[in-house]
Amino acid sequence: MNIFAAVGRATLGLLLEIGRLSVFMVDAVSSFVRPPIYWSLVLKQIMRIGYFSLPVVGLTAFFTGGVLALQIYIGASRYGAEQFVPTVVLVGILRELGPVIAGLMVAGRVAAAIAAELGTMRVTEQIDALTTLATRPIKYLVVPRLMAAIISMPILVAIADSIGVFGGYIASTETLGFTGAIYLNTTMNALANKDIFSGLIKAVVFGFIIALLGCYNGFNSKGGAQGVGSATTNAVVSSSILILAANYILTNIFNYFNF
Amino acid sequence: MARAASTAKVELKGVKKRFGPKIVLDGLDLAIPPGQSLVVIGGSGTGKSVMIKCVLGILRPEGGEIYVDGKDVTRVRGRARDAMLRKFGMLFQGAALFDSLPVWENVAFGLIQGRGVARRRARDIAMEKLAKVGLGPEVGLLSPSELSGGMQKRVGLARAIAADPEIIFFDEPTTGLDPIMADVINDLIVKTKAVGTTTLSITHDLVSARKIADRIAMLYKGRIIWQGPTSEIDNSGNPYVDQFINGRAEGPIQMEVRG
Repeated sequence: MNIFAAVGRATLGLLLEIGRLSVFMVDAVSSFVRPPIYWSLVLKQIMRIGYFSLPVVGLTAFFTGGVLALQIYIGASRYGAEQFVPTVVLVGILRELGPVIAGLMVAGRVAAAIAAELGTMRVTEQIDALTTLATRPIKYLVVPRLMAAIISMPILVAIADSIGVFGGYIASTETLGFTGAIYLNTTMNALANKDIFSGLIKAVVFGFIIALLGCYNGFNSKGGAQGVGSATTNAVVSSSILILAANYILTNIFNYFNF
Repeated sequence: MARAASTAKVELKGVKKRFGPKIVLDGLDLAIPPGQSLVVIGGSGTGKSVMIKCVLGILRPEGGEIYVDGKDVTRVRGRARDAMLRKFGMLFQGAALFDSLPVWENVAFGLIQGRGVARRRARDIAMEKLAKVGLGPEVGLLSPSELSGGMQKRVGLARAIAADPEIIFFDEPTTGLDPIMADVINDLIVKTKAVGTTTLSITHDLVSARKIADRIAMLYKGRIIWQGPTSEIDNSGNPYVDQFINGRAEGPIQMEVRG
């Protein structure tokens, strides 16, 4: 087997996929500003993407905040810096763990659901049927999901941030012996707008990634049940990886601009 | 180069379509005069569905031209394409009903989304069309998943005729149905033809073809190899047509093991 040929094929395949995804993204984003916008579908998707993700995101954020406090305490206590636990929990949750944990949980839940739904619509010719009824599938199926994810994710992350910090508070006061009032006072003093907004900006980007890859994979699924299964897996895996990659890039950008 | 306007309702000239190395349509020529019912027969995988999808713009042909009412619509996009699609109704092989909507909204979909008809008025029209295909108003409130295959086909037919289109395509209208239900569908197609609608059906059900067709054409290896009035199909003098209509394994058509 020629290793260069295999690497070349894989590279060309990757470039082809990036090209297709880019065309799909441009088509979807340009449809944001062209009527009609199906607002009732946007609201329906906000319920499905945002509201119904609340329990899973909230629970994950609570336990992550608690564990974060416990782990930071272990490290900080070696240097007698236990008083920094509330601040580090706050910054860690707001800037990183809130958006990333919410992003990954929503990717698992929502990207999979979108890809499975649109994939099934594709293989049962429902997407073709939309076209024959003079309705553009990108506008009817993709735009409402993208808009809903972009709107829902910052709200979900804001809630996850609050619950995560609360998880840290519970762990610190119940297990580590912190006084509630002092913990809260330190947290409030450390609260900075840029920490909140950097996390919310990430949330918007992650929401876009989740809906885009869910829609893209579902829209382009082929074959029957197996094709829909592959589309669902690809949607979750690719959106999770892209969320982590985007998080790294955004963190670098925020650091560069001291945001 | 300017071409003379066609008098046919729908005309395909030298249409070519391939998927990778597999040539599906190889310079297909076909014309359907206004008000005529044309049935295209041919084995599985000969490109019948691809032909219909090229006319509707779901698939883009690599070569040739497609005319609707004498206008070249081969590469038409945007609003012009929406306007062109409003002339069409389509019954899909698996009905392709939208799972997320009740039956009446499936029927009314093209009226509400494609033509901006008010919901209340569209609902009345949907119920009227459901009655035309023998389904009562109680069916309108059900979900498509609650219907049998035959009922789904009838709902699909009601959706295809909902906006009184000038042209209707039927993709395997009787496949998978029992003989009685198949005849019910055939009768409904004959009724739509009676009001002057131009129809194109693709099928390999010869009983259905004989009942609904004014003319029959046979597609083989991406080209129309024979066409003529329905009454001449038994004396076509074409060995391919003879083998197909008599269902013989021996003859010039060799079944391909791989598609």
